[in-house]
Amino acid sequence: MNQPAALPGAPGAPTSPAARRRARAVLGLTLAVGVGLPGLLFGLIVALTPLRTVVPAGWSEGQVFLLHAVGLAVLAVVLVTFGAVVSGITVWWEMRVFARMSSRVGYNRVGAGGFLQWVADAVKLLLKEDLVPADADAVLFRAAPYFVIVGFALTFVVLPFGESLVAADLNVGVLYVLSVTALVVVGILIAGWSSNSKWSLFGGMRSAAQVISYEIPAGLAAMVPVLMAGTLSMQDMIRAQGAWPWEWNVFTNPFALVAFVVFFIAQLAEGNRTPFDLPEAESELVAGYLSEYSSFRFAIYFLVEFGNLWVMSAIAVTLFLGGWQVPFVGPEVYAAARGAPGSIPGAGWWGLQVLSMVVFVVKTLAVLNLIVWIRWTLPRIRVDQMMSLCWKYLVPFAFACFVGTLFWQLLVTAAPWAARATGYALTAGFLVTAFFFLRLTLRNVSAAGDRVDLTNW
Amino acid sequence: MAQNVRAYAAAVGTTVRSIWHGMSVTLSHLLRRPVTVQYPDRTPLPVRDTLPARYRGILEVDPAICTGCQACERACPINCIAITLEKDPANPKQRLVTQFDIDEAKCMYCGLCVEPCPTGSIQHTREFEASSADLRTLTFRWAEKPFPVYKVAKDATYYPRAPLGSILRPMLEARRWDARGPEFLPPEPPKVTPDAPPRAPGAAGAAAPSRAAAGKEHKP
Repeated sequence: MNQPAALPGAPGAPTSPAARRRARAVLGLTLAVGVGLPGLLFGLIVALTPLRTVVPAGWSEGQVFLLHAVGLAVLAVVLVTFGAVVSGITVWWEMRVFARMSSRVGYNRVGAGGFLQWVADAVKLLLKEDLVPADADAVLFRAAPYFVIVGFALTFVVLPFGESLVAADLNVGVLYVLSVTALVVVGILIAGWSSNSKWSLFGGMRSAAQVISYEIPAGLAAMVPVLMAGTLSMQDMIRAQGAWPWEWNVFTNPFALVAFVVFFIAQLAEGNRTPFDLPEAESELVAGYLSEYSSFRFAIYFLVEFGNLWVMSAIAVTLFLGGWQVPFVGPEVYAAARGAPGSIPGAGWWGLQVLSMVVFVVKTLAVLNLIVWIRWTLPRIRVDQMMSLCWKYLVPFAFACFVGTLFWQLLVTAAPWAARATGYALTAGFLVTAFFFLRLTLRNVSAAGDRVDLTNW
Repeated sequence: MAQNVRAYAAAVGTTVRSIWHGMSVTLSHLLRRPVTVQYPDRTPLPVRDTLPARYRGILEVDPAICTGCQACERACPINCIAITLEKDPANPKQRLVTQFDIDEAKCMYCGLCVEPCPTGSIQHTREFEASSADLRTLTFRWAEKPFPVYKVAKDATYYPRAPLGSILRPMLEARRWDARGPEFLPPEPPKVTPDAPPRAPGAAGAAAPSRAAAGKEHKP
């Protein structure tokens, strides 16, 4: 046998005992992290969550525990699958919109309207070889995607979908979201470092600098709705807002309007979205931290990147845009439809839940489209511009909004009509702005000698 | 970078204004009909019919007026034309073209073969959609059935050439893009000499001789 020496980390045939031992260690660690960490979290959640109200009487403690465990596992699978599917569909939708924005036709070959393209892409990626570069730190290189996907999947624990449709309504919801999304940065840094490639390292470092900087304006801006609602729980923050636009946080408080803009920009930067996609700037860094990845691990990064669009939009909708609140359906309507505690609720209650979920999803998709629209409009900014935007513009504005909201809350407590009046005024202002924007857009269309034509979509 | 309050406010204002206009421009494109013409499904005409008349596409030979002079073969700078002439066994005075192969994969569409042709038998068409999975299917065999050479009359001013493209287009339409390439020569039997050491099974593929022979054949 005259084979070349096996590459470290290559899945082929490690011949030397040291290489075999290393390969076994890699496999063991991968399994330990991939199975152990979720298992540990799962066990903790099962043990700590009280869910005794809907269990039929006469069940033993063990049976209740088993039912609880199975229910949570199903819920986890449903949520993560939802994240993956939404991320895939977002890719398809984004490419469609992008094509139209550049006067092209895009994604129209696979399935109706090219809808199955994302499935085809995913299948293609899964069939690729799982490469680990020769001099990469194999353990860290393989572990990095787990951090990224875990940081992404954990946000779904507190993301609300409807009045009672939420995996866990933690009383530290916003804090939890801000902390678990930081796990993604850890994964990106590990990926950049362990790839042993200059492109990856630069990408990872840029990402770390960017995300850590933008945590500050994002955190400060997120404190504004927290101050207005007096709670960190996502569900209670939605309950503190009303259904109509003039009852949303973003319009009842002029500081919250600015905070929303700051929060939105900071979220874009934290999600590495254009115009803040410096960590994976293809013209400079090939693909940044994921240059060396292939196959399933690469697919995970992309899943997270596009799934983050949903997460970002859902958080923005929760904090500022009224969440799932349905007009004319107050908390007393839900309570009336719910019936006696301990019983299985009736069809009316489920209908209300679906209605609130529809409202939430529509709002989230609207914000998601805004992000897509921004991506294909604005060019990527430079590193120094990115830093100066954060520290010289967003952070001062976020601080001002934070302090302003403190005084605003004093004013609203003394004179509750102030919030209502501001709500009407800002909503009207928004409508006027939207009117002028649409007028400008229609003028742009006619200036090009064209007309509004949505056929051939 | 902003040095004072005025410059700072101006920077914010410029940002907002430029984003305002930029978003409006992209939205206006979203509302308009795309300018892309979707080739090949939704073109108003077949693209070959919209090309200029002197477009140099795939070569076409009209066997009915080919004199077998081989001027095109000599003119070809990269030798992608191979012509063989034989005597007709039935009529020794008549010569037959038994091979007229043009390797369109090698052809560089220079048009040098068209110029010396005395009758205009070889011409560029406007056909270009001949992509295929096998390179060898791009060798067009114009003498699949041997044809007699064309005798030019002394006072001829006109040669009855078939309309340009009328021979090539049915050929292109008849074949599938993933059709297997023709075997130009029967594969040679593997040469086994008693003294030679046995070959390793993967070292020299068993299919190699036939491929090599086929590749050699249409290189003059």
